[in-house]
Amino acid sequence: MEPTNTANPAYFHKVVDCQWACPAHTPVPEYIRLIGQGRYSDAYMINWVSNVFPGVLGRTCDRPCEPACRRGRVEENNAEKPEPVAICRLKRVAADMKDDVKARMPSISPNNGKRIVCVGAGPASLTVARDLAPLGYEVTVFDGEAKAGGFIRSQIPRFRLPESVVDEETGYILDLGVKFKSGQRVDSMRALLEQGYDAVFVGSGAPRGRDLDVPGRKEAAANIHIGIDWLASVSFGHITSVKERVIVLGGGNTAMDCCRSARRMGGKEVKVIVRSGFEEMKASPWEKEDAQHEGIPILNFHVPKTFEHDNGKLTGMTFEIVRAVYDAKGKRTLVPTGEPDVLVPCDEVLVAVGQENAFPWIERDCGIEFDKWGLPVLGEGTFQSTLHNVFFGGDAAYGPKNIITAVAHGHEAAVSIDRLLTGEDVSRRPVPMTNLMSQKMGIHEWIYRNAVSNDVRFKVPWTKAETALANIKIEVELGFDAATAFKEASRCLNCDVQTVFNRATCIECDACVDICPMDCITFTGNGDESELRTRLKAPSTNPTQDLYVSDELKTGRVMVKDEDMCLHCGLCAERCPTGAWDMQKFLLNTTQAGARCRDAHFPVAHDSAAEAV
Amino acid sequence: MTYIAKPKMHHPTLQTNKVGYTRRDYEGRISTLCAGCGHDSISAAVIQACWELDIEPHRVAKLSGIGCSSKTTDYFLGASHGFNTVHGRMPSVLTGANLANRELLYLGVSGDGDSASIGLGQFANAMRRGVRMAYIVENNGVYGLTKGQFSATADRGAKNKKGAINNDNPIDLVGIALQLGATYVARSFSGDKAQLIPLIKGAMSHGGAAVIDVISPCVTFNNHGGSTKSYDYIRQHNEAVSRIDFISPSSEITTEYAPGAVVDVPQHDGSILRLRKLHADYDPTDRDAAMSYMHARAARGEVVTGLLYLDPLATDLHTSLNTCEQPLNTMGAQLLCPGSEALNKINDALR
Repeated sequence: MEPTNTANPAYFHKVVDCQWACPAHTPVPEYIRLIGQGRYSDAYMINWVSNVFPGVLGRTCDRPCEPACRRGRVEENNAEKPEPVAICRLKRVAADMKDDVKARMPSISPNNGKRIVCVGAGPASLTVARDLAPLGYEVTVFDGEAKAGGFIRSQIPRFRLPESVVDEETGYILDLGVKFKSGQRVDSMRALLEQGYDAVFVGSGAPRGRDLDVPGRKEAAANIHIGIDWLASVSFGHITSVKERVIVLGGGNTAMDCCRSARRMGGKEVKVIVRSGFEEMKASPWEKEDAQHEGIPILNFHVPKTFEHDNGKLTGMTFEIVRAVYDAKGKRTLVPTGEPDVLVPCDEVLVAVGQENAFPWIERDCGIEFDKWGLPVLGEGTFQSTLHNVFFGGDAAYGPKNIITAVAHGHEAAVSIDRLLTGEDVSRRPVPMTNLMSQKMGIHEWIYRNAVSNDVRFKVPWTKAETALANIKIEVELGFDAATAFKEASRCLNCDVQTVFNRATCIECDACVDICPMDCITFTGNGDESELRTRLKAPSTNPTQDLYVSDELKTGRVMVKDEDMCLHCGLCAERCPTGAWDMQKFLLNTTQAGARCRDAHFPVAHDSAAEAV
Repeated sequence: MTYIAKPKMHHPTLQTNKVGYTRRDYEGRISTLCAGCGHDSISAAVIQACWELDIEPHRVAKLSGIGCSSKTTDYFLGASHGFNTVHGRMPSVLTGANLANRELLYLGVSGDGDSASIGLGQFANAMRRGVRMAYIVENNGVYGLTKGQFSATADRGAKNKKGAINNDNPIDLVGIALQLGATYVARSFSGDKAQLIPLIKGAMSHGGAAVIDVISPCVTFNNHGGSTKSYDYIRQHNEAVSRIDFISPSSEITTEYAPGAVVDVPQHDGSILRLRKLHADYDPTDRDAAMSYMHARAARGEVVTGLLYLDPLATDLHTSLNTCEQPLNTMGAQLLCPGSEALNKINDALR
């Protein structure tokens, strides 16, 4: 193998699994350390800069970081149930325990004369507004609802996300001089374009819930609701009760929110019924667990066949029982088992079988092209539509995803808009800002706490079930207290503190090989990656994790470190007599809109590195 | 030296051996030696060898004297029996222990100061008597604990860290062991575990006095240019006469070598030492030839390593003393101390 090029920011970034997996690339270990130190406001601001809604995300994030977390891998065969660090819930700790952070909000530059309009006040639009307003842009945000937040406000039930948190975090953004036009739904792109804005950002979400067209749907319509519309009505207080027997159709997180909401509004027998198998359901595992914890059964492999009714009064639904069959390519088909259809009696049905994008308000002749799925045609990574000053982000760009993805889109679109309006090439993207700093303080002293905790993941305390189920506004999860947060934060392996190897000073004494608790390090002859992986001290079981390979050493061998299982305990560096190993903190911040995203701040030569990130 | 303990976590694929232990179970406490000390590599080799031999930790007694090397018994086999003796007296304490209980495996760990200076007489007599043990000398040529004076094994002409030249002749522990009748004699290098681990396995399975002189660079006081026991010097001058594979009685022999290049030497317990000759003219079962070969090579500045001499039919002190097989601690007071009548009988027999 060629020696690893650690100058490429992508290499060390990838070692920080959580940050690499996060769409917004939030520097997770950096803020977890601050939480461990009780510096909640500092931890909050790191989050705020990167993901804009720490309090919201600390309760509702899809947490792509957690399945990626190295802790979940190293606990394999070490703890009874290997689990990642509770990253999401630690974020909430920072949000809940911080001091007043108003004074830390960015100052606003003088108006630069450019006007930007955002359609919709959801997470993507608000991120664009947050990034651009302080730079002196005049940002106007339109939304059909009375308050900002979009999906965050309308569809996430209050028992998961108190409204005060939404108010606070949307407030920080609107307070940056953003003009919020509430209750004004944009219904014509042409009319909007005629108002002469310099750039338009469409962050209107995927607001249409899919319907289920099976016999009986029309006749029994009075007791059948589309999930996301129903959640919004609940959220705004238009709906305050449900009937006793409720079926929720669908296996995604919206279905989980529907069933848990129904349970709190008078639903006594609430069931989730899903076509696929339990394992393949789209809902996050923890959301499924939460639903089951509240006594909601999940029936899988049931395909809806009819709505049964008695003169328009819904009485139940029939389902065909199927099983999953996989072909040679692993493609799944649901095949009827031949068992008789099942009748499930019910009084009300919530349909949560997916969402669609809908842009009835964008005239098809105004220069914005759409693909065959009805989604806008966008430049990759720029979020620029075929009309050069119109950008899309969030669910409006690539269909329904999640909040953190919408935030990531917002940041990139803001960079695009900033570059466009300063006369620069939108397709050229800024490199991230990186920093690598030795953590050495003394012979065995590091700036970070390198002792590895053996604790297993701590459980977040919950409100008692009977209390929680009695009122839809009572938050179910209570969040960690400070002492537990410290212990959970200590489980973080500090993967951003990198093991950096200096070939020139290595004397090949084997001290690092002997001390490494995970047997990550091998000194051996060089070879192809696949062949080299067979010769390591511990079997290389995860080819998605890189090998760190040095140049040839004095004995003709190379140092190979399998990054997969490294605990970042720093013992290799402590035992190294010559300082050939050092622990260096790698900090990567994605470059946001502003002076740093412009050509003058990053030379052309770094382009390839930026693409790799 | 390090402040945090080695984390308990291990690689998820870490295997257990036939007696149910992982390699990590054979570790001891965290080392307090200087970072990069060759001795720590030897400890790691001992750990690996014991794991591979499927030794139950409580079947091992590790004994040592005084010095950096003798501290290392704390850093491996944390679940085994241990005894830190006074300086240079490890061989006699080990001999006593061995006579009292021949069922344990004896691992003697010593250094060049402990064995070649203050304990030279002890070393020589243990070899002479054929005490069944694996005697590992962690040889770095300096007194590390007292800041790097030349030890008795430092080569003539070697430079110390400050540039002073050593004018005394070195004691060659391997040569003494050969001369005094040790039946398993090897030399190795802490920086070459591929060679060292099978040598330790062979020594621990040997039926008599086994000695391994392991050159183990002192990173703090003897790893400079001009040193003859530095990592660089040993790597440049290392001449391995053989590679050995240790094959335990129950394992299948799978590797094939060209005829003539390999000598299989069966051991008393049924295990096999498979020697791959790297020097065609070297015969490791001929004591005299081994000595002259080593001297000739040493004169050319080479450090000969590998298994230098082996007597597969070795006997030990128990055989020559005709002692009882049963460990004394299992005999009971009545048998061990039969009373004055028995004593009178013995005394009468000697009159």
